[in-house]
Amino acid sequence: MSVITIERKVLEKNDEIASKNRELFQHNGLFVLNMVSSPGSGKTSIVERTLEYIKGKLSIGVIEGDVQTDFDAQRVAKFDVPVVQIITNGGCHLDAKLVHDALGNMSLKGIQLLIIENVGNLVCPANYDLGEHIKVVVASTTEGDDKPLKYPAMFRNASVLLINKIDLLPYINCTIEVLKNNAFRINPALNIFETSCTTKQGIKEWCDWLEKQVKNNPLSVADH
Amino acid sequence: MHELSVAQSIIEIIQQHVPASDLTRVAAVRLKIGAASGVVPESLEFSFQAIIADSLLDHAKLEIETIPFRIHCNTCKTTTEDNSGIVLCSSCGSTDTKIISGLEMQINEIEITESELEKL
Repeated sequence: MSVITIERKVLEKNDEIASKNRELFQHNGLFVLNMVSSPGSGKTSIVERTLEYIKGKLSIGVIEGDVQTDFDAQRVAKFDVPVVQIITNGGCHLDAKLVHDALGNMSLKGIQLLIIENVGNLVCPANYDLGEHIKVVVASTTEGDDKPLKYPAMFRNASVLLINKIDLLPYINCTIEVLKNNAFRINPALNIFETSCTTKQGIKEWCDWLEKQVKNNPLSVADH
Repeated sequence: MHELSVAQSIIEIIQQHVPASDLTRVAAVRLKIGAASGVVPESLEFSFQAIIADSLLDHAKLEIETIPFRIHCNTCKTTTEDNSGIVLCSSCGSTDTKIISGLEMQINEIEITESELEKL
């Protein structure tokens, strides 16, 4: 009987591939966001509204992650942007390797912003770095105002919280101040935007902020 | 249920460390898992047991040390422990805090045994 000391991070392999992705993004002057949320919060609708608003100002690529079907890629393809669908076949999250492989099916040349829409799941994607610049967590009002406290890891790792479906607030039991307050208890540095993909309220503010981040990316292809 | 892929990652790392021999078996795997890491120890144990059959880990015990979620407040200088993952200082309410522990997901060490030798 003998003991072997290992002292290694369990997800180090994922982190290594995420670093490679990050180098690739930097090399190509890409700003990358990883969009996470529970299923049905409106991630794909936000991607659509974002493309609608920002497409003339930035060149965008999209990677869609789903357990099954390419429905989301079909929705995004209507905006005439490069899109790759990752089907995880049961996997509950995207990992750096899946994204790395997907990048091989996409021309990154000229793209300034890459949106990765993760698998709908408020738990597992939190642990997997994809090499992105920022994580954007979407919480819709219909999910209730307690989600940040129930799923803290996802909110801790995010830079942005999009509170979606705010047009439904009059009909449901969700207090936006409570939701924000709960989110700040987990992550005081969160940038919060309130959005509705139906009325388009808040989309401009979110997109203007995002455009600024992309343009501030020191290696942005726009500066080349 | 990302515990299954976490368990797979653990086994891959161990396979890199165990000396190549048909007789070697892993008896125990010791992990440090943070209380706010997003990994559920019971689910990890279940996933681990489900995938170790017929491998050099097939009788391995998983020993998980849970590391509490601790924050240090830069305002009132106190360190508090609260596994809920809230980063506001519970003493003074400040947001100027630093997470000290509780996010770990690490393989610490393994215990190996030579199965045939033990039988003799």
